[in-house]
Amino acid sequence: MAKMSIAEALREAIREEMRRDERVFCLGEDIDIPGGFGGAFTVTLGLSKEFGHERILDTPISEIMIAGAAVGAAMTGMIPIADVQYGDFLFCMMDQLADNAAKMTYMSGGTVSVPMVMRAPVGATTRGAQHAQSLESFFTHVPGLKIICPSTAYDAKGLLKTAIRDKNPVVVFEHKLLYGSKGNRAEKSALSPVGEVPEEEYLIPFGEGVIRREGTDITIVANLLMVYRAMEAAEILEKEGISVEVIDPRTLVPFDYELVLSSIKKTSRLMIVEEDTRRNGWGAEVAAQIAEDGLYYLDAPIIRVATYDVPIPFAPVMENFVVPSAARIAEAARKLMKA
Amino acid sequence: MKTENELVLSKADKNKAAARLLEMYEQMFLLRSYEEKIYFLFLEGVMPGTIHQSQGQEACAVGMLFDLRKEDYMTSTHRPAGHCLAKGVSLDSMMAEMFAKSTGCCKGKGGAMHTGDISVGAIPAIAITAGGMPVAVGVGLSCKMRRTDNVVVCFFGDGASNEGAFHEAMNAAAIWKLPVVFVCENNFYGASTHIKLVTNIENIADRASAYGMPGEVVEGNDVELVNEAATRAIARARKGEGPTIIELKTYRRCGHSRNDACAYRDKVEEKEWYAKDPLIISKNRILEEKYATAEELEQIEKRVLQRIEDAVEYAKNSPDPKPEDALEHVYAV
Ligand SMILES: Cc1ncc(C[n+]2csc(CCOP(=O)(O)OP(=O)(O)O)c2C)c(N)n1
Ligand SMILES: [Mg+2]
Repeated sequence: MAKMSIAEALREAIREEMRRDERVFCLGEDIDIPGGFGGAFTVTLGLSKEFGHERILDTPISEIMIAGAAVGAAMTGMIPIADVQYGDFLFCMMDQLADNAAKMTYMSGGTVSVPMVMRAPVGATTRGAQHAQSLESFFTHVPGLKIICPSTAYDAKGLLKTAIRDKNPVVVFEHKLLYGSKGNRAEKSALSPVGEVPEEEYLIPFGEGVIRREGTDITIVANLLMVYRAMEAAEILEKEGISVEVIDPRTLVPFDYELVLSSIKKTSRLMIVEEDTRRNGWGAEVAAQIAEDGLYYLDAPIIRVATYDVPIPFAPVMENFVVPSAARIAEAARKLMKA
Repeated sequence: MKTENELVLSKADKNKAAARLLEMYEQMFLLRSYEEKIYFLFLEGVMPGTIHQSQGQEACAVGMLFDLRKEDYMTSTHRPAGHCLAKGVSLDSMMAEMFAKSTGCCKGKGGAMHTGDISVGAIPAIAITAGGMPVAVGVGLSCKMRRTDNVVVCFFGDGASNEGAFHEAMNAAAIWKLPVVFVCENNFYGASTHIKLVTNIENIADRASAYGMPGEVVEGNDVELVNEAATRAIARARKGEGPTIIELKTYRRCGHSRNDACAYRDKVEEKEWYAKDPLIISKNRILEEKYATAEELEQIEKRVLQRIEDAVEYAKNSPDPKPEDALEHVYAV
């Protein structure tokens, strides 16, 4: 097994799939210009050496075209992996993703498929409000899209490979502080987890969450960076005698409700932690669904810890305040234990 | 032979030209020194976030905005510092914003990429590539609908010219004859991508004819040439004759962002452009025309550097925002 960062694991997944299937290609801005960045966070760095610039396609700064071209190519026999530099720019692509990618199969009565992947970095990194958003919930709302959010190198490779082979449009949310990008693309205060990644082929099916830490008092469901914040909170709480189970759903659509239900049967308390803003977030959906299916397992109200409902401010003191911290999660957990 | 009268006049003209160029030089020197200071502070690690700098492009900002009124507007990009200083955003408030202080022009909420101050017509910068262009159309529309003769200067990059928003903005400004001056700072790169790789024509301004508006290509490192083009386009806009595209050929003397070493750029190209430094071009002209002596220029530069040091002190001594301040300003009251 090799040790890899998430950026490396994603690159491996793309490399393997491009070797396996010549329909797979990448397109995006600055994804592999010689002497350039390899995408905003180095994921596609160096791939053109093996696959050439025809399959690692550096585009103009044209998000509508990138997303739309991915849809068109996907409908007609290719498997595009489109790249956006910051997730925030998905808004520029929204029409192509929400109206075309998501609906083409349905509108055609199932005669068309759109096997494309849309990769997007999310998370607040003191860049201000237009380079910071966690946008999962904008997309989990759209029927026809699958939404995944790998938080480890192992998951990144296995889930991206599954995404590439899926017959549907899959939006991949990746976290800027988890990539482990190097050189001048490195992020200050990044966690950059490095993990074991098997050399042999493996795929991770969508809709299967994992338990990152077992516990008996509270279940915390968290994704991306918040998995790590929840784990940190769990450490703190353990010393106070509160045992936390941390679940990483890994994919938001489809979502592994079974795993959450089986966990709350044991813990009878549920907290959802997301970096996305709180109102109408994916956490609200999970809370509602668990209330429908699992209310009687619960001894306390379901609570959410999420980014406050504000745009992401620039100043670190304010950014750190609005995005959930381990301390805020721990505090919410203490309250939940008393509830 | 010129008559006595003409000689006097031309002397007055010359004095005026001298005063203008000296002032433009001072502004350009301010922009350059401000950004060099920021670069230094950023690498020291005292500034959060990222930086997109415009060393080398000073003549574009200064030449275009020199004759704007305070009531005129300007829209900017992810690379806004030069535009904002030249539009009159206060140096102290910009520096404080870079330090993420509550006295910053955006109270620490915006950061480098959203620098601006509406009170001097600097629309807070929009960091979505070409995202400011349709906004500039709206500003122009408002200037027209409110029956003012104000104009808006809309900065964008060569890379931005391939966004859909570019097309929609150009067309609408043209059909409604809006007072918008579209300024493409063509520094030949969008991040790491050379313009040749993503655009089949030599000049972005050639697209002007497709929208039925005039387009002009200008040597963007010569502040006087930039200013002349600006004067023509602004006059046209003020008279209600509609928008213009001005394409300024220029070059970044810095990375795209943070500590980018520009490994994607051709070193011969870099050398050629570095020789065309807008500050040197203006300085040489000032000295040739005897608008000022080298010592006088030094005095100007000293004065500017002191202002920057003062701004750094101001910013450092300013208070941080309170964490809860983050909850304010989501809605206007
Ligand atoms: C919609 C959108 N896409 C991509 C980016 C990322 N990005 C920031 S600056 C930049 C390059 C812009 O190039 P250009 O318009 O030439 O301006 P310059 O950087 O040269 O000033 C890119 C791709 C962005 N900010 N917004
Ligand atoms: Mg450019």
